[in-house]
Amino acid sequence: MFYRQAGDFKKSYREDIQTFALRQDRRAYYVLMAIAFLVVPFFINDYWASAVLLPFLILSIAALGLNILTGYCGQVSLGTGGFMAVGAYACYKIMTSFPDLNIMIVVLLAGLVTALVGLVFGIPSLRIKGFYLAVATLAAQFFLVWLFNKVPWFYNYSASGQINAPARSMFGFNITGAEAHAPARYLFCLALVVLLAWAARNLTRGRMGRSWMAIRDMDIAAEIIGVDPLKTKLSAFAISSFYIGVAGALFFSVYLGAVEVGEVFGINQSFLVLFMIIIGGLGSIMGSFIGAAFLILVPVLLKNVMVNGFGWPTDIAAHIEFILIGGLIMLFLIVEPHGLAQLWRIAKEKLLLWPFPH
Amino acid sequence: MNKGAALSSGIDTGEEILSVRNISLSFGGVKALTDISFDLLKGEVRAIIGPNGAGKSSMLNVINGFYHPQQGEVWYCGSKRKSLKPHQIAYQGIARTFQNIALFKGMSTLDNIMTGRFTHMRSNIVSQAFWRGPAEREEIANREKVEDIIEFLEIQAIRKTPVGRLPYGLQKRVELGRALAAEPVLLLLDEPMAGMNIEEKEDMSRFILDVQQEFGTTIALIEHDMGVVMDISDRVVVLDYGKKIGDGTPDEVRNNQAVIDAYLGVPHE
Amino acid sequence: MSPEFLYTLEVILNGLMAGVMYSLVALGFVLIFKASGIFNYAQGVMALFAAMTLVGIQNGQVPFSHLINAVFGTHIHGFGWTLPAFVAILLTLLVMILFAYLVERFVLKHLVNQDPIILFMATIGLAYFMEGFGDLMWGSEIKVLDVGVPQGASFWLEDFTAGWAAEGSEYYGMYIDKLDLVATVVAIALVVSLTLFSQYTKTGRALRAVADDHQAALSVGISLRKIWVIVWAIAGFVAMVAGIMWGAKSGVQFSLSLIALKALPVLILGGFTSIPGAIVGGLIIGVGEKLFEYSIGPMIGGATENWFAYVLALVFLVFRPQGLFGEKIIERV
Repeated sequence: MFYRQAGDFKKSYREDIQTFALRQDRRAYYVLMAIAFLVVPFFINDYWASAVLLPFLILSIAALGLNILTGYCGQVSLGTGGFMAVGAYACYKIMTSFPDLNIMIVVLLAGLVTALVGLVFGIPSLRIKGFYLAVATLAAQFFLVWLFNKVPWFYNYSASGQINAPARSMFGFNITGAEAHAPARYLFCLALVVLLAWAARNLTRGRMGRSWMAIRDMDIAAEIIGVDPLKTKLSAFAISSFYIGVAGALFFSVYLGAVEVGEVFGINQSFLVLFMIIIGGLGSIMGSFIGAAFLILVPVLLKNVMVNGFGWPTDIAAHIEFILIGGLIMLFLIVEPHGLAQLWRIAKEKLLLWPFPH
Repeated sequence: MNKGAALSSGIDTGEEILSVRNISLSFGGVKALTDISFDLLKGEVRAIIGPNGAGKSSMLNVINGFYHPQQGEVWYCGSKRKSLKPHQIAYQGIARTFQNIALFKGMSTLDNIMTGRFTHMRSNIVSQAFWRGPAEREEIANREKVEDIIEFLEIQAIRKTPVGRLPYGLQKRVELGRALAAEPVLLLLDEPMAGMNIEEKEDMSRFILDVQQEFGTTIALIEHDMGVVMDISDRVVVLDYGKKIGDGTPDEVRNNQAVIDAYLGVPHE
Repeated sequence: MSPEFLYTLEVILNGLMAGVMYSLVALGFVLIFKASGIFNYAQGVMALFAAMTLVGIQNGQVPFSHLINAVFGTHIHGFGWTLPAFVAILLTLLVMILFAYLVERFVLKHLVNQDPIILFMATIGLAYFMEGFGDLMWGSEIKVLDVGVPQGASFWLEDFTAGWAAEGSEYYGMYIDKLDLVATVVAIALVVSLTLFSQYTKTGRALRAVADDHQAALSVGISLRKIWVIVWAIAGFVAMVAGIMWGAKSGVQFSLSLIALKALPVLILGGFTSIPGAIVGGLIIGVGEKLFEYSIGPMIGGATENWFAYVLALVFLVFRPQGLFGEKIIERV
């Protein structure tokens, strides 16, 4: 009744293929953007930035990246943590080698470096499929983390073996370093998220996105139609790694400021991002965001309720978090393999017909 | 870009467009095809028939480069074809459908057929990431071609339905649409009417003949329904146990003793 | 014989022993994969969970005591008994059977006919769930597992081999842990008994039938669900054995499930459906990583065991995607 498509006519194919096909969806999107860019920066503080908004935005980028590879192209990767580490260390090396370079350019360059590394690890995907490939990506995960731990060049021979982000600013506001300004960090990440999500949407709706999905759904038929499997899989690996690399660079420079590779970019990080896209929705841009929001918010919420509310010890809260997340993964795979995004779509379809569903 | 039209432009209707010459194919020790030769003339409907396991699908797989025969040559548009990958052969204007439906299950009818236009699109990563401009123009231009096919196959109503939800007959039709979207010079159909009822078979036969007449497409077709084969094909080649046992017009084949034996089951010595 | 040669030999032997451990975990993977086509990522966590349960039962720990104490403000910790090892093992086995039943009842039953990759991701969820559940039940601190398996250097072997080196060289014999020897014997016994079970019992035949063809097995009246419970229970048993061996060796802690992850490359080498393959693959990985660490490790910073197995598997896959014993896959359209 309130949410409807009646009267919203499409007069051209261009209108038919736009991202938000319904006028109401379009308006909701503009309102959301306005709030995110114009309202939130005035209310954000360090707690909200560090606990919720920054990890949400940054891991959304990682989830977008993994969703391109896994959700759209069907290649399961357990190496996300390792590739994020590549982004982080590339960011660190570029930041310290070229101190005058704009931080935005540094982050994007870190993404490009990661894309190259992803390309290398993507080559076996031509011959390996399914969980064989998943196991093969574990090689990337463990090898890369080991590499950054053992080769001192990567952490500039620092005694602690950690990497620390030096202060960098944009338009006079500190984005990284100890004095970083919360609204500036937030807006910096937000701008990248919007840009990258828009690009991801464009890539997945056209020729390239269809070739990814074709490989995912039926690789032999795709090849016979003219889709080159090697080129297609490698493009998915490269673009996915670019996103994941950018996320890693932001995670290190803007969010944490200091990183010990084994702790931050271990296999659990890989699983976290994988869980985000399973819960949010495989093969859905929106699902990447919903999944990231869900898996960032649930632990914060649990912690607030159980630790601050009930006064339980933090380790119990952590265990319950594991149980809950593991349980949710199984639940979603059983009940709705397309994730929360699909539930959202179904809800909208129902709402279009409400209150007269027949 | 798809080179099919350019390659075949020098060949007139009724001249040879593709021929297989002395093809032998085996897997391990098992011989799938033995010394097979036949030709396809531009614009004809050529049926490949034979009992189960005769090597018909393997033959199509050789033609579109999925299998590489140990011996023999494939000549296409007047020259001997090099050993190519299936996706390179798609760019030469050869499209096909599959015995077991091989649609992209996660995509809508429209997206499936749009994927069929893959070889006619060329926009690169950067222009696609920006979308506005060349990528969008190319998308819309190809969408118009796809809408023509959707109209031709009378599947407007299921344009945006995920193909997994469609009934079998419609899925077969969408698969034909996907192959047609490539504007192929040569169309290979692997049992397009298997599992269909009489009406669906009539529809499909009509589409096949329309394709041949409207677009001048050469069609190679595997089919078990002899009635359909005799009705719509111009010439028939018969395989049995990986060997060619008959070749000619439907009438010639019908009266060929070897073919009759193969179908009625005379024991092999 | 020169000491270098003997040291290398010792490295190889120790690698073989480590390989036996990998094989033990890999065995559980193979069992489940053969019977249900599920690539059970949780096998390692199952081993951890079994070991935790064993320690907990043996020491009379109250399950969920942390949680109970936190909720009700009590201070309970233990029942105050220590059970004999074999009773604790039996009780743990019961827990693993119950676990198998619950997994079938609440997870697998609902995932029949899904893509293998979906099932794989579901088992990752299961691994998370079990890890949290085990920690919540028994506490997450490192535990000492002692069920009376002999440990420490085998002095007999040391004395026996000490004289092998050339006269006057500094060589004091080979170091091999007794625990590793026991593990080898146990692994051999396990493989033999599993083989006998699957060859000569009715259930074993049903298992093999299901492994060959689900549909056909169903059509002759084999209950798929019952078979799955049995298989998961057996896998749980194998996990328990692996958990005991690993736990006795390096303490019961989370890293156990990471070590168990190495069963994955083992399976890639050996093939997912072959029990001998799992053994051979485990031995290759064990020897390979020890030798690599011994010869090349010091040059590149050490700790190569973290990734060697995976990279070996990756390289191997590129050249032989079907595994050591698999046949070449012919793709059909």
